[in-house]
Amino acid sequence: MTASRHPSDALLMAYAAGSLGEPTALLVATHLALCPRCRSAVADAEAVGGALMEDLAPAALNDGALESVLARLDSGVEPPATAPATAPAPRGDARLIPQPLRGYLPTPVEELPWRPLGPGIHAVKLLTGRGGDIARLYRIGAGRAVPRHGHRGNEMTLVLTGAYRDDLGRVGRGDVAEVDDAVTHQPVAEPTEDCICLVVTDAPLRLTGAARLMQPFMRT
Amino acid sequence: MRMPDPGTRAGNQASAMTALLEAVAAHGDRTAFAALFEHFAPRIKAYLRRLGAADGEAEELAQEAMLSAWRKAGQFDPAKASAGTWLFTIARNLRIDALRKERRPELDPEDPAWVPDPEPAADDRLHGEQRSARLRAALDYLPEDQVTVVKMSFFDDKPHSLIARELGIPMGTVKSRLRLAMRRLRQDLGEIT
Ligand SMILES: [Zn+2]
Repeated sequence: MTASRHPSDALLMAYAAGSLGEPTALLVATHLALCPRCRSAVADAEAVGGALMEDLAPAALNDGALESVLARLDSGVEPPATAPATAPAPRGDARLIPQPLRGYLPTPVEELPWRPLGPGIHAVKLLTGRGGDIARLYRIGAGRAVPRHGHRGNEMTLVLTGAYRDDLGRVGRGDVAEVDDAVTHQPVAEPTEDCICLVVTDAPLRLTGAARLMQPFMRT
Repeated sequence: MRMPDPGTRAGNQASAMTALLEAVAAHGDRTAFAALFEHFAPRIKAYLRRLGAADGEAEELAQEAMLSAWRKAGQFDPAKASAGTWLFTIARNLRIDALRKERRPELDPEDPAWVPDPEPAADDRLHGEQRSARLRAALDYLPEDQVTVVKMSFFDDKPHSLIARELGIPMGTVKSRLRLAMRRLRQDLGEIT
């Protein structure tokens, strides 16, 4: 199962540079778990970062810096290099919800404190970044539609289960869809399966028409 | 001009860095660690200073980064990255923790949901140091306007919208310059055609 819609090169480079806020970095990292193609692009972007760092004029460290670091190695506080610690036992949702996202969920996905937003639609807030961007999980019931809405900023969606369609096409597991404030859309989940997705917004959604009634819920 | 091929001085030096890191991983070699420290700690400090860290902060984090390299040396894979690239990612992650006060979501290749790489075309893929050496050379040939946005992406810790404002160009132009730069660099690596 390979994703067919990917984050932009600009976004992957910002991820490699470390300049994304945590909610967006979480979305990109979770896509990377599902997408070898973008992992390879990020590895190359990191190599660019390494090359740029290597080309900077070195900044001298304080006298004795090496000695003090070596002393910390000697103090025994620093264990020698070993293999990474083993992961905790996988939960029931481990195949569905990849790391690193799963580590941000306090419980398995079905036990999350889902809030109803409208017929067949639930959401739960996961994380607010320092820049005010927010990561939420949405669950759109099989065959259900999210009311048509526009956006005040960028909205990025990573599909985890099922798939949805909107004016721009089909978005399935692992796919990333990015919309900006010029776009209004009406995502509809495919009829076979609930569509769970991770959505990162950098500004509150702006709903059009009757959907405005739902707006207070969207801010949860 | 820097020469891209291993066998030149830069290439030899880079391979030497990889060998040192492997010596740290294999038997906690302190002499090797000291040599790595002499080369990389001042560059990590320069990177952190360039991103706006105060001198004391940058000093402390550069030392932390080297300690972290000591602890994690066993995870270094020379097929995937050069020593310099690997140390860059350590410094970057430490900076996010310490200066941005955010967590860096960590990838876990052992995760049950992880989609593995396709069967490796092991022989055609360049090793970490070779790829880095080629990239450094390729960066010299990028158009200036692309180099500018690439450097700002890595050194300014700003969203694309602010980079665009600073350069007085539309955000779409920032993104397309980054796309063109990535494309060109990856073509030079033979990653894409
Ligand atoms: Zn991808």
